[in-house]
Formats: sequence, structure tokens, C-alpha cells
Amino acid sequence: MDLATVEYVARLSRVALSPEELQLFAGQLSKVLDYITQLNALDTGDVTALAQAVEITNVLRDDVARESLEPSEAVANAPEKIGHFYKVPAVLE
Amino acid sequence: MEIISSTAVDLSRMVVSGEISAREVAQTFLDRIAKIDPQIHAFLHVDPRWTLSLADAVDAKRAAGKRLGPLAGVPVALKDILCTRGVPTTCGSRILENFVPPYSSTCVEKLLAADAVFVGKANMDEFAMGSSTENSAFGPTANPWDPSRIPGGSSGGSAASVAARMATLAVGSDTGGSIRQPAALCGVVGLKPTYGRVSRYGLVAFASSLDQIGPFASNVRDAARVLGVIAGHDPLDSTSIPAEVDDYEAALGDMKGVRVGVPREYFTEGLDGEVEARVRAALSVLEGLGARIVEVTLPHTPYAVATYYIVATAEASSNLARYDGVHYGYRRPGTSDIIELYCKTRESGFGAEVKRRIMLGTFVLSSGFYDAYYLKGLKVRRLIKDDFDAAFKTVDVIAGPTSPTAAFKMGEKVEDPLSMYLCDIFTISANLAGIPAVSVPCGFTSGGLPVGLQFTGKVLDERTLLSVAAAYEAATKFPTIPEALSWKEARG
Repeated sequence: MDLATVEYVARLSRVALSPEELQLFAGQLSKVLDYITQLNALDTGDVTALAQAVEITNVLRDDVARESLEPSEAVANAPEKIGHFYKVPAVLE
Repeated sequence: MEIISSTAVDLSRMVVSGEISAREVAQTFLDRIAKIDPQIHAFLHVDPRWTLSLADAVDAKRAAGKRLGPLAGVPVALKDILCTRGVPTTCGSRILENFVPPYSSTCVEKLLAADAVFVGKANMDEFAMGSSTENSAFGPTANPWDPSRIPGGSSGGSAASVAARMATLAVGSDTGGSIRQPAALCGVVGLKPTYGRVSRYGLVAFASSLDQIGPFASNVRDAARVLGVIAGHDPLDSTSIPAEVDDYEAALGDMKGVRVGVPREYFTEGLDGEVEARVRAALSVLEGLGARIVEVTLPHTPYAVATYYIVATAEASSNLARYDGVHYGYRRPGTSDIIELYCKTRESGFGAEVKRRIMLGTFVLSSGFYDAYYLKGLKVRRLIKDDFDAAFKTVDVIAGPTSPTAAFKMGEKVEDPLSMYLCDIFTISANLAGIPAVSVPCGFTSGGLPVGLQFTGKVLDERTLLSVAAAYEAATKFPTIPEALSWKEARG
């Protein structure tokens, strides 16, 4: 992974990085990706992807209302709030 | 000392009979934690008022003539990844430093219903990402057998708390070996159940298709008892399996006619010679007990670590998107727009390993790389599962080393993430295949460090798995308390 790719992926990941971290991660992630590339030695043309090992599908339950958190409990951990609302920097002009 | 070294099965019996009170047990362990933990740092949060109130509730229940549960008064350490209502849950991360969950995980609720008493929240690698507990934002945990060494990870605090008998039991989570590897390195029993056997509701998510909760104990029967308490279907976790919970203690120790598979791929380059010798000696013990040892092949073993670091990081990058500095947890002050708020919050809130994995996962899922990496990883995952399905046609359990080496020195692998990832080479496959596996002590290196033997079983066949593990344990009885080490003076 070159520096430009690391910067791009960091942006997609919503993680700011210092110039030192960029350099460090470029080296470390390249090494891990090189290692992962060994999977290319396997022919997987006819193999079906497996996303979950114990394959349970279509899990449904009755749509019944039940007790839940009070609004004040639900927002209690918010770093900044106004009443029961989360406070963020303005996203609209 | 008797209370400290008792098994969970014995302690709960004594509490039920009234021989000792839950409060006495709790106070004994709290005193021990106060003395020993400054040297080990197994715990991130200990609150004697919380612990004693839980113990008092057990005693009051008994006094009222009510029937006590199977873990009556037993001190349990909880990995700090399990949400506990009203009690801080940090996941070893700065980003959750001040997080106090408004609800408890299903596993915690079930332990409480069984009358367990929580003694604290145990240290861990940040978001369970690591194999040494050095990635905790709050400092590492020391191995009770040699405090200059790591306890393994990510559930290092849980394993160390049981090894040093600061708790009789602990509960952790295992995504690629995070219960079994620290259990091996700390000389205790650690079980990862079948994927979906234990509800993940209220377990802070790392890689949702791999994460599973399981117990640490000083012996197999205690681990079986915990599994009986925490297993079962939960409507709040749609991946939990709607199957009856077996009586795991009933079949313990039966070894008759059991076919034990030994994969030739597990005895290769990278496996420490002393670990190999201990594991081979264990196989002889099994044979002596009447097991039939059968060589099997798991040909895709060499690809498991690479597959895991695609699947686990992809899922992590998605799961950890929720840490945005808005809904809960840390927020970086002084930002002026929302994107900057996200990026700066995550820059300060996450440690290096978590950032690396989020970025790797984002990369393998990103446009142009999805097929070459993520999809490829899912296909190889199928091949790894097929290997086990084929092997389990001819054997009942598979045996081998849990970890390629005994506990390594602190700092030894911190600079080289790939070498750290390779610690999990024998444990990762069970998570990818969804099958249960347990690590039991199988002796020591010449330097006195514990070595673990891993048994892997069929989906939902924890009964056979634990039965074989118990038979092996009964035939060997290795010491599980590190008596000879420097922290012992503090015991007084």
C-alpha cells in the first residue's frame, strides 16, 4: 500500500492520521496485504462464498411492542446533547 | 486459602448449604484482588460495593428460603466487552472510557440469574483486537506465571484473573482465539462454544460472524457448568441457535471409543519444540485412556490466518463505524464540521491496532478490491469449513496445540503486527468454521510456562468435547495455581 492509498483508505474509514502514522501504517499494512495475497494460490472458481458458518436464515419474530429505554437513558452517554437530542456541528448552511 | 482454591462447583455447594456466605466469599476475593492485582492488572474496574451488593442479594435469597442457582456465590470476572447495566464498560478503549451501558448483555443476565457474583471487569486488548492484551488503552496485564510476559489475548485479564485466583471463573469472548490462547498461556481451561450457542446480545461487536462468548475456569467441570448457564437461544440475537441446551456435566470424563484426529498440518514449522513435545505427550496419554488416535488432514490450515484478517477486519470496519463521537463515548473537542468531528474523534479515541484493522477492513471491502480480497476470503472460508466437515466424518474430536509458543515477553511483538497475528494460527479455524473448541493445560516448558492442548469438536457437540477434555484432565492434574512466582509474597 502506497501513501496515497493509505490516505484514501483512512479518509473512507473516517480516521485522521498523523504523517508518522501514515508512514508506519503504509509499511505494516503492506506487509499484511502481501501475506494475504497467498490466497491467490487457491483456485476458488467453483466455491460458494461462506459469510456465516452456522447458516441460519430468515429469522423472524412477532412484531410486539415491549418495554424499552427511557429517552433520557438512551441519550445519557452522549458527549453533547440538548434535552433528548444529540448535538452535532451544523450540517446544513 | 481454601475458598480461594475451591472449584466453582464446590463453592456453590458450600454457599447453597450455608457452610459459607456469599458475602464471605466475595470479601475474600476482593481482598485478594486488592493485594495481588497491582502486580497483574487483570482488572479495569473493581467496585466492592457492586460486588458485595450482589453477594448480599444471594445471601438474602437463601435466607428467604429460595432455591439458589448453579453458580451460587461464585466469584466471576467479566471481560470488559460485556455490557453491564450501570457499570462502566470500556472494551479496553479510550473511545468508551466513560461509557456506562443502560442495559446488560444476555450472558450477564443469565449469570446473575444463576446467582453468580461479579468481582470486576477484566482487562483486554482494545475491542478484542490482539493476542497479548498489550493493546489495552489502559495498560497491559502481566502473566501470573511470569509477570515479565504477556498473558495472551485478547481476553488476557480474564485468563490472568482465574490463573491468579482473583476470580474462580471468568467470561470472555473469542473471535480468533481470544479465549483459548490466553487460557493456554495462563494455564487454565478456556472454552469457545459453537457459534450461536451463547447469545451475543450486549457483547460489544468486533466481527459478528466470528464472535462467541465463553468461560475460563480452573477445571473442565466448572467450564461445563458455566456453559450450561449461559448457552441457549435468545430472541435478541437472531444468530443464536434455537437448540436445546445439553447437560454438559453429565457426560464428563467418558473416553470410551473416542476417535481423536490429529491434523498433520498442526505439526509444522513455527511450532515451538517444547510445545510440540508436551502436546505429543498428551496424545500418548489420550491413547492410554483408550482413545483411538487418527491422523487427519486439514489442508487449508496455512490459509486460515490470511482468511481471518480479511473477514474479521471487514466486519470490524463496519461494526466500529458506530463510534462517531455523537451517540456515546468520547468526542474530540474543538471541531467545526461533522466529518472533521468523526475523523478527529476516531484519531484520538482509537489505538493503533484498531485503526490498522478498520483500515484493512475498509480496504478489502472498497470498490475495486472487494472481489479480489473480501469475496476471495469468504470462498476460502468455505474451504476451511469443508476441511473440518470431512475430518469429522472419521473422528469425534481433533487435538493439537492451542498456541505455537508459550507466553512471550512483553513488547516482543508489538512493532510487528503480522507476527502477532500468527499467534492465532491454530485457533482461528474454529471461528471461521463456527465449531466449538477448548484449551486445557497440558504441562509446562522447561522455563515453567504453561502449555495448552486444544480440542476441537463438531457443531453443537460440546458434550463430547468437554467429556474428552475432562478425561484428559483427570489423567494428568497439572498444577493450575502459579505458587512459585514473585506475586505470591503478596498473598500474606
